[in-house]
Amino acid sequence: MDQYTLNLLVVGATFALYIGIAIWARAGSTAEFYAAGRGVHPVLNGMATGADWMSAASFISMAGLIAFGGYDSSAYLMGWTGGYVLLAMLLAPYLRKFGKFTVPEFIGDRFYSKAARLVAVICLIIASITYVIGQMTGVGVAFSRFLEVSSSTGLYIGAAIVFAYAVLGGMKGITYTQVAQYVVLIFAYTIPAIFISLQLTGNPIPPLGLFADAKSTGEPLLVTLEGLVTDLGFKSYLTQEDTTLNIFLFTVALMIGTAGLPHVIVRFFTVPRVADARSSAGWALVFIALLYLVAPAVGAMARVNLITTFYPNGTGADALALADIETKSELDWVRNWQKTGLLTVEDKNGDGLIQYVGDKDANELTVNNDIIVLANPEIANLPGWVIALVAAGGLAAALSTAAGLLMAISSAVSHDLIKGQLNPNISEKGELLAARISMGIAIAVATYLGLNPPGFAAQTVALAFGIAAASIFPALMMGIFSKRVNDKGAIAGMLAGLIVTTVYIFLHKGWFFVPDTNSFTDADPLLLSIKSTSFGAVGALINFVVAYVVSSVTEEPPVEVQELVESIRVPKGAGVATGH
Amino acid sequence: MIAQQHANDYWKANLRIILWSLVVWALVSFGFGIILRPMLMGINVGGADLGFWFAQQGSILVFLALIFFYAWRMNRLDREHGVDEV
Repeated sequence: MDQYTLNLLVVGATFALYIGIAIWARAGSTAEFYAAGRGVHPVLNGMATGADWMSAASFISMAGLIAFGGYDSSAYLMGWTGGYVLLAMLLAPYLRKFGKFTVPEFIGDRFYSKAARLVAVICLIIASITYVIGQMTGVGVAFSRFLEVSSSTGLYIGAAIVFAYAVLGGMKGITYTQVAQYVVLIFAYTIPAIFISLQLTGNPIPPLGLFADAKSTGEPLLVTLEGLVTDLGFKSYLTQEDTTLNIFLFTVALMIGTAGLPHVIVRFFTVPRVADARSSAGWALVFIALLYLVAPAVGAMARVNLITTFYPNGTGADALALADIETKSELDWVRNWQKTGLLTVEDKNGDGLIQYVGDKDANELTVNNDIIVLANPEIANLPGWVIALVAAGGLAAALSTAAGLLMAISSAVSHDLIKGQLNPNISEKGELLAARISMGIAIAVATYLGLNPPGFAAQTVALAFGIAAASIFPALMMGIFSKRVNDKGAIAGMLAGLIVTTVYIFLHKGWFFVPDTNSFTDADPLLLSIKSTSFGAVGALINFVVAYVVSSVTEEPPVEVQELVESIRVPKGAGVATGH
Repeated sequence: MIAQQHANDYWKANLRIILWSLVVWALVSFGFGIILRPMLMGINVGGADLGFWFAQQGSILVFLALIFFYAWRMNRLDREHGVDEV
């Protein structure tokens, strides 16, 4: 069976599974649509959260970032997992006790202000839309590479699948589909890693293989890799190149950004009890850690394999011949990826060999971060079914995150805008219909943006995290841990964090991401060595300070709001809380 | 007033647990993984240093342990203060 048929079979089978689940898990009430009826077991909820959280960025891009960034990319690993500690201790149990459906709803009730709720809705929609674009383009890339359809056809198929289970099942359909998608994506990620770890180190467990001896040299794998990259003049894999300040702030920004992303927070509304919200965050991290512990091994091993492929006789000998790339069947993957433009080969000095070196002018091979995971099984010459599985895994990661984001957007529109602001008397049936229609519109908008990705798709993820870190996380935390912060303080804080962070990002990435309108670059940033991607941490600090200062010079929140804060701090009585 | 005092005790105990957990959280990631890494350079872990290990693996394992510790400790605290569900 050829590779194409295999890919089609495996991806087709997973899609049939998702549709089957969608039909089984239809939502009948708003409670089922928004919060899966609060009946999801914490372990299953943790698995769904894992799939929800691990996007195309985690599955496809992260190992590539580590492969080429080495130690400096550790911020992604610590940041995207450490946020769950904050969720478990600072947000999840209290928001579950609060017992309503959306993040803006809590902000609106706690700060007794429709304006605060509206600001939260705006932050949520900007953060989620920018994030969803990346998922949709990821779906397109995976389809065009593995199923040989155009990326727009791929996008339509992907959108139709998400439409089926998200519109029918709401949170309930999404949650159970995500459980299946988690299983697909974790197998797809770890199986090739196990093969490669065995090949390179003889150890079948990739996180242990990373710190084991390489078979080829008898020295530790990381020492071998460090030798290879420094021989070729690349930046060191093990030593720190970025400033400590920037790595520190980037890690903070990713951690609090993770804890502030609405589509992650709402996952903790779907469990039966407050105690389950705490343990569910732990289970979520168990399932996330399975991938995140493997990722650094995948990154390091892929880099070793990439270099040894291009220097078959060692870095001291001749590089790979251009003629070999054009003829040898085990190098098919180089030609396939060349077609996508994500990998380029150019014999600049005309010696018939492809030198892969650190010096940009002499380097003749460029490899995009994003192909490391997808091409990894091919680089290591693994069997065809493993390659098909990776295709299905990439699609599962992108689709599950897209569905979670679309859910957050549609509930913000139907529950916070329509029911909360425009038509409070809407019936449950009417609201359910509105939720489904807004989901349909959100999918259409996301598909359109996926088809016509603004050139800035990659940069906007920084914006999503910046906004979540600088506006949503501090507002939620102060709402729970302070009884003194009032409506004016919260609104002023959120706006200050949002505006300062957005302006800082625009100053470095261009106003509204229009090229050449930036006054600074991340290589030489405005403030110390703080890159725009790390600025969310500073924005959050500004939010906290402004909110406290404004609150302390204005009146205390009303007694009933202070009682609300008292009540969300204790688990007792959580079952009684309702959605309305 | 007694109920109020009781709720305050529960909340203060919770804050203490959170505080110590977050000290550990920060120590393994921002501490060992980033700021204190130069001091741990001498300790070799599989070809790299201890700080590298914490940054790419150790911190994640500690985060996991922390969340389950917190969930377990809070379940006990809930029962001690009679504020658990059902």
